[in-house]
Amino acid sequence: MNSATVRNLLVRGMLAGLGAGVLALVVAYVLGEPSVNSAIGFEEAHSHEHEMEVVSRTLQSTAGLATGVLVYGVAFGGIAALAFCFALGRVGRFGPRATALLLSGTALLAVYVVPFLKYPANPPSVGAPDTIGKRTTLYFLMMVLSVLLAVAATQLGKRLALGLGTWWATVVAVAAFVVVIGLAYQFLPVVNEVPKDFPAALLWRFRLSALAVQAVLWGGFGLLFGELAERQLHPAPARASSGHTVPASN
Amino acid sequence: MAQTVAQPTSTTPVVPATLPLKAIAPWAVFFGVLMLVLLYFVGAEQGATSVFSGTDVHEWVHDARHLLGFPCH
Repeated sequence: MNSATVRNLLVRGMLAGLGAGVLALVVAYVLGEPSVNSAIGFEEAHSHEHEMEVVSRTLQSTAGLATGVLVYGVAFGGIAALAFCFALGRVGRFGPRATALLLSGTALLAVYVVPFLKYPANPPSVGAPDTIGKRTTLYFLMMVLSVLLAVAATQLGKRLALGLGTWWATVVAVAAFVVVIGLAYQFLPVVNEVPKDFPAALLWRFRLSALAVQAVLWGGFGLLFGELAERQLHPAPARASSGHTVPASN
Repeated sequence: MAQTVAQPTSTTPVVPATLPLKAIAPWAVFFGVLMLVLLYFVGAEQGATSVFSGTDVHEWVHDARHLLGFPCH
């Protein structure tokens, strides 16, 4: 029965991720694409070699963008649903909806915002091609580190809560997270490959739109998945009494 | 660990039952890995490393890769 619950939640997580991905796709297309196109315009004006187009710009900015954003949404939706299965009832007195929103808010921070503050998203023409290996390694390292530290901080907070109470345990756990992330920011190498005349306003606009894509993706996911999980786990008026069984409503 | 009953916090109305780790683990292992493979193809394939040769995957998800914050090229 429990395995079926996990399976149903996983399926719902992937569906919610797909739904949130559609919302994020709209934001990426409307807010992000103009900056991408401007940046490509800058690239073409400043480089002498003309690359052959493998995939046309039209396809890249529509079907290609959709593929990437939706797959990203589904994949993170699945992972977040599995994390939700673990977090439910273990992180405090939160019901399914609140747990889902709390989890997706934390995921937005740990998966995206924390790595972004050290290694922000870059538009085309920012970034030297020969450092792609190093930059990719650093970015994924920062992401993994941030997620692991967020999990560790949650565990720390849970342990401290017995002695310090929930409030101070949370304060201490968050402070510990901030300190360790601060050290990582300090000691990991700096990447700055913005070309000399690249418009600052364009870079700012691109990065803000990249942040908006993630905020909409995770915010949308938290709300959508929370609702789906709530309906699955508490189909009738919410009751979690002993012998709480979850109907396999799928 | 494998408790299916709500934790006995009598003052709060609804504390959801926890799902046992044993029920989560198989799904987490198989689907967790599958999801990570998907993320790899969106985020890094034919950039830093390549499973398939060429640049088709990279070019196809080019805009998504930039706007999702992955280092692209």
